Amino acid sequence: MSFSANKATFGTLIKRTLVKRIRFRGRSLVIGIPLWWLIVFFLIPFVVVAKISFSEAIIARPPYSSLLEWKEGGFLLLKLHFSNYLYLLEDSLYISAYWSSIKVAFFSTLIALLVAYPMAYYIARSTERRRNILLMLIILPFWTSFLLRVYAWIGILKTHGIINNILMSLGITSEPLVMMQTNFAVYVGIVYTYLPFMILPLYTNLVKLDNSLLEASADLGANPLTTFFKITLPLSVPGIIAGSMLVFIPVVGEFVIPALLGGPDTLMIGKVLWDEFFSNRDWPVASAVAIVMLVLLVIPVMLLRNAQNASRAAST
Amino acid sequence: MKKSSWFVATATVLGFAFLYIPILSLIIFSFNKSRLVTVWAGFSTQWYGKLFADPQILGAAWISLKIAFISASLAVVLGTLAALVLVRFRRFHGKNLLGAMIIAPLVMPDVIIGLSLLLLFVAMEAMFGWPAGRGLTTIIIAHTTFCMAYVAVVVQSRLVDMDESLEEAALDLGAKPARVFFDVTLPLISPALVSGWLLSFTLSLDDLVIASFTSGPGASTLPMVIFSKVRLGVSPDINALATIIIVMVAIGVLLAATWMKPKRV
Amino acid sequence: MDSQKKIANGAKPWIEQSEKPFIRISNLTKKFGDFTAVDRVCLDIYREELFCLLGGSGCGKSTLLRMLAGFETPSDGHIEIDGQDMANVPAFARPTNMMFQSYALFPHMSVEKNVAYGLLRDGVSKSEAAEQVADMLKLVQLSDFAKRRPDQLSGGQRQRVALARSLIKRPKLLLLDEPLGALDKKLREETQFELINIQESLGVTFIVVTHDQEEAMTLSTRIGVMDQGEIVQVGEPHEIYEFPLSIFIADFIGSVNIFMGRVSDDATNYVRIHCREADCDIHVSHGVSCTQNQKLWFAIRPEKLTITRENPRGKYNVVKGIVDEIAYRGNLSIFRIKLASGKMLRVTKSNRSRRDEDAISWDDNVYISWDDTAGIVLVQ
Repeated sequence: MSFSANKATFGTLIKRTLVKRIRFRGRSLVIGIPLWWLIVFFLIPFVVVAKISFSEAIIARPPYSSLLEWKEGGFLLLKLHFSNYLYLLEDSLYISAYWSSIKVAFFSTLIALLVAYPMAYYIARSTERRRNILLMLIILPFWTSFLLRVYAWIGILKTHGIINNILMSLGITSEPLVMMQTNFAVYVGIVYTYLPFMILPLYTNLVKLDNSLLEASADLGANPLTTFFKITLPLSVPGIIAGSMLVFIPVVGEFVIPALLGGPDTLMIGKVLWDEFFSNRDWPVASAVAIVMLVLLVIPVMLLRNAQNASRAAST
Repeated sequence: MKKSSWFVATATVLGFAFLYIPILSLIIFSFNKSRLVTVWAGFSTQWYGKLFADPQILGAAWISLKIAFISASLAVVLGTLAALVLVRFRRFHGKNLLGAMIIAPLVMPDVIIGLSLLLLFVAMEAMFGWPAGRGLTTIIIAHTTFCMAYVAVVVQSRLVDMDESLEEAALDLGAKPARVFFDVTLPLISPALVSGWLLSFTLSLDDLVIASFTSGPGASTLPMVIFSKVRLGVSPDINALATIIIVMVAIGVLLAATWMKPKRV
Repeated sequence: MDSQKKIANGAKPWIEQSEKPFIRISNLTKKFGDFTAVDRVCLDIYREELFCLLGGSGCGKSTLLRMLAGFETPSDGHIEIDGQDMANVPAFARPTNMMFQSYALFPHMSVEKNVAYGLLRDGVSKSEAAEQVADMLKLVQLSDFAKRRPDQLSGGQRQRVALARSLIKRPKLLLLDEPLGALDKKLREETQFELINIQESLGVTFIVVTHDQEEAMTLSTRIGVMDQGEIVQVGEPHEIYEFPLSIFIADFIGSVNIFMGRVSDDATNYVRIHCREADCDIHVSHGVSCTQNQKLWFAIRPEKLTITRENPRGKYNVVKGIVDEIAYRGNLSIFRIKLASGKMLRVTKSNRSRRDEDAISWDDNVYISWDDTAGIVLVQ
């Protein structure tokens, strides 16, 4: 009797250990697949970019030198060329481009915020049915091609484009306004394309605003304007920050809009990187440009994370 | 306060006008007889004909659709796994890393993503021989990588809202963890998976910068073709293409809205 | 087996020690960081018991239940179910089933599919499962609702589906987390008796977590009172009610009046307590292990106090006061009496006659008296 009991417990012991192993394997697999995909195709590329930013441009395939060299005596020599970074600092083009990108991103974010806030406010305060329709209308352009929508502005802003045609035929202006290939066009293009990204976080924040807070404020004697500035606005700050970062960060590196709507004096770092890579074929410099851009964006990204965590904590 | 001031209402109307006037202009001038896109010369559908006769555009469209379909599907699988793991698994090595990596593509400028992936592919080719040259495969890998971030965000929010005790109940009744996922979790998050797929499909179809970096000879996507045409100036067949896309999207969105409404009641 | 329905027929294995405990919890502890949710809990629960874990929110009862189910891993201690150690046994392999507070019915499956789910996971054939599901639905009176979805059912119906689903596998142990919390009062009372009937007829061991002490006393064979992660008393309902071990327990279950006093006379078969609050001496007619002049508490339930207009003329166990508040509950009246010392007493009196001309009213002077054996002495 005791022998069969031992056999049974031994059997269950083996089965349990195997099951534990398989379950552990399954768990590691489920974690591992997305983790390693991102490590290989997201993280390591940045390491590669960093590595190449320290190398020299040479005529070869691939067009950059190797960092490691075998020297006699059998040891590796690590050659780091800081020349690319120095080049960035020396040539005023790059510094101007970074600065101008940040400026453009900053102001277009501001304009987008001013345009988006009333819209988000209106939608948040609407009845549920109207809200859904309006949200759908906001999101619909987002699903159509971004490239084509920017293209639409070419037709509107160019010398014999829609706006000029209307203005001239109404006699308001005698000569066409130059709007294409200017910074103005770039601002319009950016605000136009990124508006939904500003509206949605603002809306999400404003719609959670407790109506009874506004009623309490009115009850205590504040007029609507005061209530807005003292209650609504401060409470919507997390939404403002989230929306602003969702616009600012990508716009710094934006390429398509300056390429299509901007002119030769529209300096944006995304365009510079593209030209550096495709026109000049200087991969190391392009990599250095990218690394510096990444470094510049670290602070805004952390701001965004803090804002997201704050809003998550507030909604629980 | 249900009433909004007239200021807010006016601003909203202007805002929507701002959003839609360019779209309307695209549609209107796709039917323009004249080549001068912005001078109305009469109604014509000739540009639609020209569009469908252009092998470059049609070829590129087909390639883009293929890439979008595959990338979206891969992105849904990877993004859902990432979301599941981040929301339901308590602690594991690499959780912080995964959490950071899964939201970074959402805000990173396209040029950086494109450049870094291209340099990776080149380095990999030099070291392992794969990928042999850039083309569909590399674009698909690139698109999958940034689309999975969007899928993960969508699925994560749905998982967080879902009642965890349903999964516990299934476990309690004897279902092993994999079973629980397929029997309970998956059906309940399926709307998020669908919207994640659609989102990824759109993003992939629309991407210019990353595709430009990671593409190779013979693999021109639709945005790449449009971009090279549009750099040279306005072109009415592009308007026709735009109109077709807008109409398809509008139909799709309306269908989705009506399909979702009955469930709410 | 012969032990079937033993408890239902009045056997008390925890007293008779006639069998080994079915569930043995030893030194079970759970810490979340610095916070100890469950602190060295030891419990023995016998087969077919309907055991209630009773306590306020945050006392650790739900955490204890989840550890039994396998959803939390203990920081320390053991759980044994029917002789088998549950360490490293995951939730889906345990011989337990749980009825969730929110019911956790799968919204995308019909009632039938919900109830069948557990059986199918065990490898039961579809036809066999369908038969068992039909039987179970008949038991909980939901046969007509088999094809409906959870969102098409009322709260009480959903509760019965949850019960059916958790019982159909005839688990060794059924864990219920606040099972009646979401039901309204009338439904709750009906369901309480139904629950007892089902438990007795199926012979399953139940552990119920609740904060409602009336529910605990109605349902259970034994109650375990929990406070701050510890079990402070285990016993049959009337034991806990009439013989609480501490002021906390006395106050938690039902309402109670507590007098504080000092031992003035300590003998083998009685104790006299001098109580300033009561302005009289309390005579307790059984020995209490204590010392002269020790500080003690005397607890007495409101229904054990007698309220009269006339002075009952006793040397001890009589106090005088003024009626401060009366709450008329229909079947009984609750009086709040203010004593000369300012202390408030709570007295309940059942309304025996339909009309009482001489009914006690507000601001009347009354006497409160009680029997020698009516209260209990507490040292903590």
